Amino acid sequence: MRLPAQKHLTLGRPLEEAPDPGRVAILLRQHPGPPCRALVHEGDDVLLGQKVGEPESALAAPVHASVSGRVEAVEPWPHPDGGEALAVVIASDGLDRRCPGLEPAPDPLSLPPAELVSRIREAGIVGMGGAGFPTSAKLDLPAGARIDAYLLNGAECEPYLTSDHRLLVERAGTVVRGFLALMRAVGAPRGLVALERGRHGAAEALRAAIEAEPALSDPQSRGAAPHIEVVLLPERYPWGSERHLIRGLLGRTVPSGCFPVHVGVLVSNVATAAAVAEALYLGLPLIRRAVTVSGPGVARPSNLWARIGTPAEVLIEHCGGYSAPPARLILGGPMMGRAQPTARVPITKTTSGVLVFTAAEDGREPPPSPCIRCGRCVGACPMGLLPGVLAELAERGLLEEADRWHLRDCVECGCCAYVCPAGRPLVQAIRLAKAELAGAGEAVGPRSEPAPAATAGAAGTGTDVAEVKGGRASGGTGAAPGRQGGG
Amino acid sequence: MAEAEGDLLTVAPAPHLRSRESVPRLMRRVLEALTPASAFAVYLFGWRALMLMGVAVASAVGSEAVYQRLVRRPVTVGDLSAAVTGLLLALNLPGGAPWWLAAVGSAFAIVVAKQLFGGLGRNFINPALAARAFLLASWPVEMTSFLSPFDGVTRATPLAVLLPGGQPPAGLKPTYLELFLGTTAGCLGETSDLLLLAGAAYLIWRRAIDWRIPAAFMGSLGFLAWAAGGPRPFSGDLLYHLLAGGATLGAFYMATDYVTAPITPAGRVIAGAGAGVVTFVIRTLGAYPEGVAYGILTMNVATPLLERLTVPPPLGGGRGGGRGSRRGGGV
Repeated sequence: MRLPAQKHLTLGRPLEEAPDPGRVAILLRQHPGPPCRALVHEGDDVLLGQKVGEPESALAAPVHASVSGRVEAVEPWPHPDGGEALAVVIASDGLDRRCPGLEPAPDPLSLPPAELVSRIREAGIVGMGGAGFPTSAKLDLPAGARIDAYLLNGAECEPYLTSDHRLLVERAGTVVRGFLALMRAVGAPRGLVALERGRHGAAEALRAAIEAEPALSDPQSRGAAPHIEVVLLPERYPWGSERHLIRGLLGRTVPSGCFPVHVGVLVSNVATAAAVAEALYLGLPLIRRAVTVSGPGVARPSNLWARIGTPAEVLIEHCGGYSAPPARLILGGPMMGRAQPTARVPITKTTSGVLVFTAAEDGREPPPSPCIRCGRCVGACPMGLLPGVLAELAERGLLEEADRWHLRDCVECGCCAYVCPAGRPLVQAIRLAKAELAGAGEAVGPRSEPAPAATAGAAGTGTDVAEVKGGRASGGTGAAPGRQGGG
Repeated sequence: MAEAEGDLLTVAPAPHLRSRESVPRLMRRVLEALTPASAFAVYLFGWRALMLMGVAVASAVGSEAVYQRLVRRPVTVGDLSAAVTGLLLALNLPGGAPWWLAAVGSAFAIVVAKQLFGGLGRNFINPALAARAFLLASWPVEMTSFLSPFDGVTRATPLAVLLPGGQPPAGLKPTYLELFLGTTAGCLGETSDLLLLAGAAYLIWRRAIDWRIPAAFMGSLGFLAWAAGGPRPFSGDLLYHLLAGGATLGAFYMATDYVTAPITPAGRVIAGAGAGVVTFVIRTLGAYPEGVAYGILTMNVATPLLERLTVPPPLGGGRGGGRGSRRGGGV
């Protein structure tokens, strides 16, 4: 479906280095698995890129200091997924003193795949398109699996977000090199970069970088040269959904309950590829990312290179502050991102956008009225589900029935709730139902990913369906359906 | 977690964008689409038509408000769905109907067919059509006091003059043009296919109704009229059947009612087609001259079954073959 793209606010703004944030809060959980174990204590001196959190599961990735300075505390801080979580809070000394031992690899593309994966793991790289699944775990293929195509997701189909676009326009070479490394790590001969049409400059920059990349034209690079092509997609939401990319670009359908690897494909985000390149060629673990700060509530919407752990309010301040009293602060995109109760919330590895809406946009949500069965949600659902029915079943607690009506195939894109004329919180009801089914001990997909050859499910409930907050922070009548009885 | 700067932030689930569509907007569209045909009814049948429409709408809105007050529920007449029901009911009445017929009919539609089952979104049959059926059964004379346009003389409708088997008689038959423009006897809203189609085109363009339902309805009715409605197979007068009577009103405005139509695209096609079949059967073999209302009501009742049988497979095929449950469940 077509959404108002609103990208014009920041499409042409080049990435700016965000200023020293003064203080960063590195959350110990920036991935689906359990939080890392903190390696530092209050008072410790830390260096840029130093590992400060050790993962304790295959679904977790290490976290690193994004500045050098002194550890102020290891304490709870707001987490974008809701509630609070432990974070390593570092007061920056502004010097960016580098941790020794962070060495770039001399010729990354000649490294054996296992070594590539290990470096990616040590760099703490996770899927930066939102899911936060540890990339090294994704690259660790189940026995016997082969990847014949690797897709790089540059669709960035959410409104307002342009950080991936700027990465492509300004650092296409970095993205291509990172992508090549990913392809090499799994032996994929073919790579496809998916972009939405009409993003001026991205496709051209990418094609130029591909032409210029020696590894792509050099026949001596370990067997047949890998080959990368750029594919353009119509500007529709949610083309960035990996199942739709795979179906649209390769004609393969990922069966329900399965994952791209099962059809011989892997999908990663453009920013992830860039982070891989930084890790391999610069020796830097994942300590910064491109973030779009935008929305009608920001005075000077921009794209920033921000350090992981920077509080959102610092970024907004750098963009001229609020243009009007803020009514809603979102981390991520407006369709699937999380509304935050406070601007103190620090950005994580998966934060692609910081959006501020004012009362004008915010007041557009009427209280929900009963489902009139108009069927618009059915037409809007990209997965071919009946969202109105699923939400109704969820609200009544008929979880088994909902499961039979394909509840688990929902990718939570938000299209249904967007079109619903009755303003029903369809996605929320479906997510609640999925969470309850997950609580019964089963892994819930497709948002969570398979654990590579290890136990799945046990750690699963830490995912982003954990905390759902309905209603207004100001205490008015809530929008949460809960069990208050539908209709 | 109060905001340091004293601003309050809304924390609500995603998505944080909504389309501008709302239930009152949708209902308003239907009212707009019906305006030309309604105005034409006043032109044809005089002030009686306006009176009937006014009484029907007022009674519908009024009985909804009164009922909701009585049972201590929030009053929802602002969503305009009662107004739409009232207008549709009026358009289903003959020009000669007494005012109380409209009042009682609307009240029945809203209170019995809609509110007693749970209000908006919960009724299992189309309230306006349910009321029409109720009125026809209870007051058959008043419900068939059709007027001729302009002169107010009671006259039979185009469908009442059909010979057994569905063939219109040679001498009395109104011309297609008359049927299309609406200068024939009939219910207030049945006559002008031209204006009804214009309104329907607007609704389809605005995506307020699903084109599949009227297409399937007219398709099946037309096909059967052609195949079985004439003296020999495939010689029937399909245009007559499509233009006469309440087929247009029913196909585009009543069968497309959201609540009572299946929510799945395939289900809608079947519902539309089924309604066309039942309509034809009643017109040709049944005792009533017009069967659209009953055709649609029959399919309304079949909606839950049709939905269950036409669950689309999700992208990915679903587990276990992609079909929804066929047992139990509260949907």
